[in-house]
Amino acid sequence: MAVKRTDPLAYQPGMAIITSEILDKVLKNVDNYDYSKISARDVEEALKKDHLSMKDYGALLSPAATPYLEEMAKKAVIETRRHFGNSIGLFTPLYIANYCENNCVYCGFNCKNKIRRGKLSLAEMERELEAIAKTGLKEILILTGESRHHSGVEYIGAAVKLAAEYFATVGIEIYPLNADEYAYLKKCGADFVSVYQETYNLDKYQQVHLSGPKRVFPYRFDSQERALMGGMRGVSFGALLGLGDFRKDAFATGLHASFIQQKYPHAEIGFSTPRLRPFINNADNNPNDVHEQQLLQVMLAYRLLMPFAGITISTRERAGFRDHVIGMVATKISAGVRVGVGGHEQEEKGDEQFEISDPRSVSEVHQMILNRGLQPVYRDYIRV
Amino acid sequence: MTDQLVIGGHPFNSRFILGSGKFSLEIVKAVVENGGAEIVTLALRRANQGGEENILDYIPPNVTLLPNTSGARTAEEAVKIARLAREINCGNFIKVEVIKDSKYLFPDNYETIKATEILARDGFVVMPYMYPDLNVARDLVSAGAAAVMPLASPIGSNKGLSTRDFIEILVNEIPVPIIVDAGIGRPSQACEAMEMGVDAVMCNTAVATAKNIPLMARAFGQAIESGRNAYLAGLGRVLNQAEASSPLTGFLED
Repeated sequence: MAVKRTDPLAYQPGMAIITSEILDKVLKNVDNYDYSKISARDVEEALKKDHLSMKDYGALLSPAATPYLEEMAKKAVIETRRHFGNSIGLFTPLYIANYCENNCVYCGFNCKNKIRRGKLSLAEMERELEAIAKTGLKEILILTGESRHHSGVEYIGAAVKLAAEYFATVGIEIYPLNADEYAYLKKCGADFVSVYQETYNLDKYQQVHLSGPKRVFPYRFDSQERALMGGMRGVSFGALLGLGDFRKDAFATGLHASFIQQKYPHAEIGFSTPRLRPFINNADNNPNDVHEQQLLQVMLAYRLLMPFAGITISTRERAGFRDHVIGMVATKISAGVRVGVGGHEQEEKGDEQFEISDPRSVSEVHQMILNRGLQPVYRDYIRV
Repeated sequence: MTDQLVIGGHPFNSRFILGSGKFSLEIVKAVVENGGAEIVTLALRRANQGGEENILDYIPPNVTLLPNTSGARTAEEAVKIARLAREINCGNFIKVEVIKDSKYLFPDNYETIKATEILARDGFVVMPYMYPDLNVARDLVSAGAAAVMPLASPIGSNKGLSTRDFIEILVNEIPVPIIVDAGIGRPSQACEAMEMGVDAVMCNTAVATAKNIPLMARAFGQAIESGRNAYLAGLGRVLNQAEASSPLTGFLED
């Protein structure tokens, strides 16, 4: 029997609606983005410019740009160095809970998955934070699954308050909130918010987000704006590359970030580039598979579109890839990562969302950064 | 004759102010020494007291620290950051940076004036980073600025003196030292600014993105000194056409 799914455009109870033109603007431009029509000449034109137009940005994400990856990389290094010098920020994530009410077909935390669920008590959290702080880190990212029941805003607020005692920078990567809830977490000590749209294609979005609050496409889309309305200092964007058409999704991600930056010029902008890995030895070479080459292309395009934006490289990628993209395009790297619930000081209380490919400790990553002639930066923020 | 740069009553022999946030900490000392800088700026938000890679541990003790308020979006935040700098013994100098634009990093002149007024009253030697506007520069001086730091071009752009004509007006009109900050990309541009009569040049990206950073610091130090000497010597007039070497009015007798 076919299950009747809810309308992904319909808000669920409790979700505040804000007035914003950005969603329509992004979707309209993505609709008009036809990368098959882009020529090598368009790419060359884009590479000559200091400030990319939307068309230039689209050119750099197109298949026509593939032979120009080296040129893009050379330009990206210059931009990255100009804006960030050789500084590389270090941070680590802490998963405080993995309960989830969403049914997202690609995710390890999917509510239908029979995984070990758990959440940290405040005492457990403190032990984790202490253990992380001992590694020298000054920036932390607090994560949860989406469950207002098990990990409500007050619970997250308590975690943020505690984290702010140990860390100069506290970011949150949690489920989307209303602006007043973001304001509350800002008051608790969080300053940066990451929300990833996963895919900007509405059809695909509803095919993979079957139920739960995450099914509501526009509420998720407007998260960054609500976070800034709530007083947050910076917001991060990302598509789960490979879920839909990665070129279109990356195009949308860049536009989303640009429009937010234009409307909130003070906001610090960041990008993350998670991807679904293609199956190895898959004979059908799917043009939308995101191999390392495509991943790098997207990262480079983000850098050239917004030279001032922070770009984070995740432990989902192998050490060799991460080591080469820092300084060239990425400005932030995680280290000493555990993706289960807790696990820094005590045994994990819940299972992982995904597997990591780079298990190196903070001191190992620190040394790698130095070996590459770059400067590890632990602290780059003052909470005022 | 000694030619010193005097900021808030403090004399300096070097007119090269070095930014420190874009290169490896282990070479800070070599860069300072090669460039002959006596003032080094640092973003207070980077100061990692008692922690890993604390920039304060790498700056030689004989230089004057010029902490900046980078990260501040309002006067109030800049004031808080300045006071924190004093608390952790970074001294009394403060470079006020109030920036509300993450793309171009342009200073907010209005908030900068407010912060300058509060901090000058509080006993700081205030050096505000500003967009070169004569009225704003006058207000900054009235607010107690010990120097003003107009931008030459957007930060990190290495484009040189895009705002040349406006900085020149400040040089002519403003009684406190004018220190060109941001956008200087080459030693020749630093030299050009000094020839024009600015009192000092601050550089960060242009040095930090060089292949040989200490050597580039030396080049900047020399260019700044050379430009200063040219200014003091008095530049000859530069004409667009040839000039008769015998004076036209040489026939006059009484």
